[in-house]
Amino acid sequence: MYVYQEYDQRLLEERVAQYRDQTRRFLANELSEDEFLALRLQNGLYIQRYAPMLRISVPYGLLASRQLRRLAHIVRTYDKGFCHVSTRQNIQLNWPSVEEVPDILAELADVQMHAIQTSGNCIRNITTDEFAGVNPKEIEDPRPWCEIIRQWSTFNPEFAYLPRKFKIAVNAVPDADPALIGVHDIGVQLVHGANGETGFQVWAGGGLGRTPMTGAIIGEFVPWQDLLAYLESILRVYNKYGNRDNKYKARIKILVKALGAEKYRELVEQEFAELKGGEMTLTAEEVARIKGCFTAPDYQSVDTAALDAKLVEDKAFSRWFHTNTRAHKQAGYRAVTLTLKRTGRVPGDISDEQLEAVADLADKYSFGELRNSHQQNMVLSDVAANDLYDLWKALDALGFATPNLGLLTDIVACPGGDLCALANAKSIPVAESIQRRFDDMDYVHDLGPLDLNISGCMNACGHHHIGHIGILGVDKKGKEFYQVTLGGRGDKLSRVGEKMGPSFESEEITDVVEKIIKFYVEKRLENEPFIDTYERIGMDPFKERIYG
Amino acid sequence: MGKVIIDGAIVDNQWQRLEGDTLEGELPTGNIIVPLAYWQANRDALLSRGDVAVWLAPGEEPKDLEDDLAALPLVAIHFPAFKDGRGYSYARELRTRYGFKGEVRATGDVLRDQLFYMTRCGFNAFEVREDRSIEEALEGLNDFSVTYQGDVNEPRPLYRRG
Repeated sequence: MYVYQEYDQRLLEERVAQYRDQTRRFLANELSEDEFLALRLQNGLYIQRYAPMLRISVPYGLLASRQLRRLAHIVRTYDKGFCHVSTRQNIQLNWPSVEEVPDILAELADVQMHAIQTSGNCIRNITTDEFAGVNPKEIEDPRPWCEIIRQWSTFNPEFAYLPRKFKIAVNAVPDADPALIGVHDIGVQLVHGANGETGFQVWAGGGLGRTPMTGAIIGEFVPWQDLLAYLESILRVYNKYGNRDNKYKARIKILVKALGAEKYRELVEQEFAELKGGEMTLTAEEVARIKGCFTAPDYQSVDTAALDAKLVEDKAFSRWFHTNTRAHKQAGYRAVTLTLKRTGRVPGDISDEQLEAVADLADKYSFGELRNSHQQNMVLSDVAANDLYDLWKALDALGFATPNLGLLTDIVACPGGDLCALANAKSIPVAESIQRRFDDMDYVHDLGPLDLNISGCMNACGHHHIGHIGILGVDKKGKEFYQVTLGGRGDKLSRVGEKMGPSFESEEITDVVEKIIKFYVEKRLENEPFIDTYERIGMDPFKERIYG
Repeated sequence: MGKVIIDGAIVDNQWQRLEGDTLEGELPTGNIIVPLAYWQANRDALLSRGDVAVWLAPGEEPKDLEDDLAALPLVAIHFPAFKDGRGYSYARELRTRYGFKGEVRATGDVLRDQLFYMTRCGFNAFEVREDRSIEEALEGLNDFSVTYQGDVNEPRPLYRRG
């Protein structure tokens, strides 16, 4: 992972001092609520329903075991002993105190972590495929480019007070969208040019939230040297012309839609013409330096005979292997997903002791690193095949080996009305109720790949728009209701789902999901996944079954 | 006379910023900063005075002043609310696109915690909001010793500084 230089560390320490002073001035009434709001949000601190929430940045989801151990210490010391993996691959604390946040930041800075720009109207954490660097389908490791963008966006002086939040994702897999670039403010797709040179197809204007839409291609092929100049051009146009009067119309997607992609591109090209070839141009030396931080670990040659034998003799292990582990660039290795979705557990929650146990497993089996996924799971990316059986046993004991990755009960859900001040409705009890209804793992496996996402409000932290089945909490005269969308995708491509019809009461929603599933089972062709059936027969038959 | 931060020092404010609705009849003598619309309507008369500057509100871009920049000693960029960040891009354009060498002044909701970013975008003068200590705000200019990106004062990003 990226190796901090003296200056990177100094920047974090200066940030801690700055934020400590801002907190002091707020507590001394030298900063108004509104002034401190903007400052604390740029540091990931929300004031929530019951307590503040602190969002800790995990750049492109990558964590080292020593960082996990520090997180364990922090959640034990400053919180209630657990934290939450978010859909932006970050970590959230739900019960810190405003007064102690500076101390938490100092603890984080010791291990090269921070909460910089995890909220607020600025450029947020850069995200990517949780299998970046080991995914056999990627054309190149996207992480160095994420890091280059991270440094450019960190405390960028011009883009700290944008019209609205701004999310950038990077994808290096052709013909699939594991980083969801289609629904980001900017999506960066790594491509290779005619002579094999690296470049980027740059999308802009996608997003979930209140007005979900997929972005448009603004830059067909941006040479790697110009990546930052091109991003800066897009941001400058947005900073100048994005809507500042209505926060619901302030995202870049609204501007791109209003101007049209063609006009937006023209404005970007005007800016870019000035920046291209200038001081922002990336140098081969700098790219090589960053790439040097993401070299392959010391892989060994692995004899897979023992694994093959275990797969035959242990059915439970075999099911987990085929569900929760996936192919790797390196022969003899697998990437293992720890599902944080066991029934009864809040999706994405993990305790201090579990964090420490996972850190130990990362050290023992995966070169001391792991990743957070946008599906609120964790990944050990480099596990030798002959370690898989032992790792599975250890994960099973921790409750992280539920073999449901990518299946119906691997539900993505925001913290919802149980914790979040923005939420219209609860998410966690809905997730649990659905998990309990579908408690037969054979049946869940028979259903095949199925993304079910739940958001407690239209801010869409649970990414409900891209769930094959999406559930959105809405408020109707003080009562919690749930709206269902079908046909969203965040897999091969990113696409926003379609509303099925009128919303349901909380007592009905699990029955509705069951009816949808039963109808799918009736209609599917052999081995046809839910999303393919939906695309084949369309919304109307589903509607008819549910409302008819 | 109020105080203003110019080039890192607190000095007497030599300029008076005039709002659009106070510009009926005779203009005050001495250095004045007028709204863009007023400047555009009275350009020739104001140019001959020589002690008139212009301020830009959010939505009014430096390109609206492009032809006059050479004659202006000062351009102010007004922040009705500190959260409206358009002025950061305007300052940057004044310096890097139009090569403006005069004073670029931030007025309005100008606070300590934004000064570091503002300086980097090309502001060199700050009228700190009146209810706040200008001495304390001055410290905001030193919040960080490290910057990743190039900026108006140091165009090279960290990776090119060697």
